[in-house]
Amino acid sequence: MIDGSRPSRMSRRSLLVSTAALLVTGAAARARTITQGMPWEPGTASPPLQVRAGPWMFFTPDEAATVEAAVDRLIPPDERGPGGKDAGCAVYIDRQLAGPYGVGAGLYLRPPFMPGVASQGYQSPDMPAARYRAGLKALADYVKATFAGKAFRDLASADQDQVLSGLETGKIALKDVNGAQFFALLLQNTQEGFFADPVYGGNKDMAGWKLVGFPGARYDYRDWVERYNEKYPLPPVGIMGRSDWTVKE
Amino acid sequence: MARKLPRKDVVVVGLGWTGSILAYELAKQGLDVIAIERGPWRDTATDFPPGYAQDELRYGVRLDLFLRPQQETLTVRNNMKQTALPIRSFSGFLPGNGVGGAGVHWNGQTWRFLPSDFNLRSHLEQRYGADKIPADMTIQDWPVSYDELESYYDRFEKLAGISGKAGNLNGQKQAGGNPFEGWRSSEYPTPPLKQNYGSALFAEAAQKLGYSPFPRPSANISEAYTNPLGIRMGQCTYCGFCERFGCGNYAKASPQVCVLPALMRMPNFSVQTESEVTKINLDSTGKRATGVTYVDTSGEEWEQPADIVLVCAFSLFNVRLMLLSGIGKPYDPVSGKGVVGRNYAYQTTSGVSMILKDKILNSFIATGSGGMMIDEFNGDNFDHKDLGFFGGGYMGSGQTGARPITTLPVPKGTPKWGAQWKKAAAETYSSGYGISTHGSSYSYRDCYLDLDPTYKDHFGRPLMRMTFDFHDNEIKMSQFLTDRLAEIAKALDPVEMTASPRKGPWNSTIYQTTHNTGGTVMGADPETSVVNRYCQSWDVSNVFVPGGASVFPQNHGYNPTGTVGALAYWTADAIKDRYLKNPGPLV
Ligand SMILES: Cc1cc2nc3c(=O)[nH]c(=O)nc-3n(C[C@H](O)[C@H](O)[C@H](O)COP(=O)(O)OP(=O)(O)OC[C@H]3O[C@@H](n4cnc5c(N)ncnc54)[C@H](O)[C@@H]3O)c2cc1C
Ligand code: SF4
Repeated sequence: MIDGSRPSRMSRRSLLVSTAALLVTGAAARARTITQGMPWEPGTASPPLQVRAGPWMFFTPDEAATVEAAVDRLIPPDERGPGGKDAGCAVYIDRQLAGPYGVGAGLYLRPPFMPGVASQGYQSPDMPAARYRAGLKALADYVKATFAGKAFRDLASADQDQVLSGLETGKIALKDVNGAQFFALLLQNTQEGFFADPVYGGNKDMAGWKLVGFPGARYDYRDWVERYNEKYPLPPVGIMGRSDWTVKE
Repeated sequence: MARKLPRKDVVVVGLGWTGSILAYELAKQGLDVIAIERGPWRDTATDFPPGYAQDELRYGVRLDLFLRPQQETLTVRNNMKQTALPIRSFSGFLPGNGVGGAGVHWNGQTWRFLPSDFNLRSHLEQRYGADKIPADMTIQDWPVSYDELESYYDRFEKLAGISGKAGNLNGQKQAGGNPFEGWRSSEYPTPPLKQNYGSALFAEAAQKLGYSPFPRPSANISEAYTNPLGIRMGQCTYCGFCERFGCGNYAKASPQVCVLPALMRMPNFSVQTESEVTKINLDSTGKRATGVTYVDTSGEEWEQPADIVLVCAFSLFNVRLMLLSGIGKPYDPVSGKGVVGRNYAYQTTSGVSMILKDKILNSFIATGSGGMMIDEFNGDNFDHKDLGFFGGGYMGSGQTGARPITTLPVPKGTPKWGAQWKKAAAETYSSGYGISTHGSSYSYRDCYLDLDPTYKDHFGRPLMRMTFDFHDNEIKMSQFLTDRLAEIAKALDPVEMTASPRKGPWNSTIYQTTHNTGGTVMGADPETSVVNRYCQSWDVSNVFVPGGASVFPQNHGYNPTGTVGALAYWTADAIKDRYLKNPGPLV
């Protein structure tokens, strides 16, 4: 279930940001007639809302521990920089699942649902939040049964890797859940969390961008277009600036 | 019951590129014009300022500016034997929504079609023989020639400030431009963009192999420019957040940058936003439209009477609106009869990815439509005699921005995650490089659009159903083009390369282009077209489909919007100069 007690942040975002979310929350933007000039009004811009550290909004503590362990295997910490956990990938996923993405806001969800062929795309009524809930439960059950009652987070790294690649290749069958599809979703979201703007809770200290050399939310490279074979020298910035510029709470 | 509003001279359905141009031209003529737009009002300062426009997750991945399938989607299938299922989240193509339409978040690659594209069937029959054209290939001549459209292309390019280098000025070949292009009456309004390293390398290699590379014509403009409406545009800063994003620099041509500031000032124009047109209304004879019905966000239904109805809802939705309104006979692929939905076509793209040796490409420095291209293998620029296919495309290096969620090259065989993946991602990001082909998609008897028998939209009306797959001709064409591209790639001496020619079946989950064409095609014969050469409905003469790519009889090897813009001006002139003087069929 999505925690109904913490909707405030999301509802402001949905009010400001997306038509789809508007339709979902029912707080309709008004149709309007615009004439004789540009309808500029103050306060209509819709910047993203900054995700803040704090309690989980979607995951239970158990689920969160599994996801933190998993993202740290998908993107392990090493001498190149932090792994998925310290980069905030689980926080990112948690906040995404608690928001419009989690419920598939704006998607076409009318029945009938039929499997179809690959070229027709995803055809299930289960949206990401529900898929995580079911997937994490099935994964926990599998690990418990296979590794003498243990939880995923307590397995040795090599065993965790084995479980993850078993899911990826379909070698491990989870009960009532397509393990390969669940793995693909987890991997996709982890990489989003690693490389998305830090405003969404992942890519902490721009770890993902620093790893590959992406300068982030810069907007003017005119002087650099024709400097061939020279490494762009400036460090990344995000929508909120650089992490050392912002107030620590 | 719909509440009836006061009559207007013209109602425009959709305020994208086509709708804005038509609205401006007809309002300037003194007509009372209203546009009805399904999505919200959008403008640069409030919706894509450089403070947060560069957000890959929000715009590039979660698709914040695009149409939500909940509001409207399609069902798809590869052939008539399959059951079509709905696209539940868009990914194969990405229709726009809101004021500016897809013109907000397009790349800006702005081409003209080749002169021989306009008389495609007669040209091929003459050069290769009628028997060489596959029996199920339903390509046909356009009812308008390149020469007739030239000045309209020119107008659109000047409106948008397109950057480029002419290759053919009034029949005189120009060094540095595209030697294959049709004649141009004037140079591009702004000079070519600067080229990033990858494109410079491509151009060098292509030249060595004997080709003539040239800068791609671009609506990301190279220098500040004032267009003929007196609107000023800014210079592109190569930010790399262009395709799928709005431009915060007023540097990418769009309706908001190039038309709306002038249009919105006109007292005889208004736009009704967040209101979806559900139907074009006909009188009891069925030969005349009386206006449109639309529904606003509160669910209230309104009737907007008007003398002229302009269908500018983007190619796919133009077709659906015509089908839902019962204008023109729906196409039946079994009998081959009927016209609305006929000749749906797409685009056949492919690519070669490489890792270059010791190169730092900084490929995040990019524009939506910069790059260096060659045109030797487009249209009928090369001899097809023994090739076993028709058509072609342009190819080259057009990097649109290596944003790392979606663009993260790693060497072949790298695992998708884990320590090895992390190392590879870090090492390859600066030297991974992709080049691509952009090819034609000709029309076939069994590729079409109709209404779905099962799935409905939020108003309970049938979704449109798309039946489409690549045919042998296109698969062979893609293989041939990709082989040529791979030869150029090889000349760059990469560490490794992978050529990926387009293979079937067409997959609605892999983004290729939003260049959906056909379905209300223009033609000289009402048996095989929905609109005449002035984009006027054969059946209901006060309904026009002025230029959206739904009027293309088949798709050619270029991006559509240059031609969409030209046809918008062409139709505007036909309405102003001919229709208003004598309302009725123009042909
Ligand atoms: C990601 C992307 C990249 C692209 N890149 C290029 C490129 O580089 N080069 C190129 O040539 N082309 C490109 N295109 C295609 C280009 O954007 C379109 O060709 C062009 O915008 C079409 O203009 P239009 O006026 O026909 O439709 P649009 O610009 O889409 O406008 C149609 C408008 O009608 C509205 N509408 C639809 N139905 C209704 C209804 N029932 N009631 C009311 N309003 C309605 C829509 O909301 C929309 O605003 C790209 C498209 C996308 C999505
Ligand atoms: S690449 Fe240029 S045109 Fe595109 S968004 Fe950036 S500044 Fe604007």
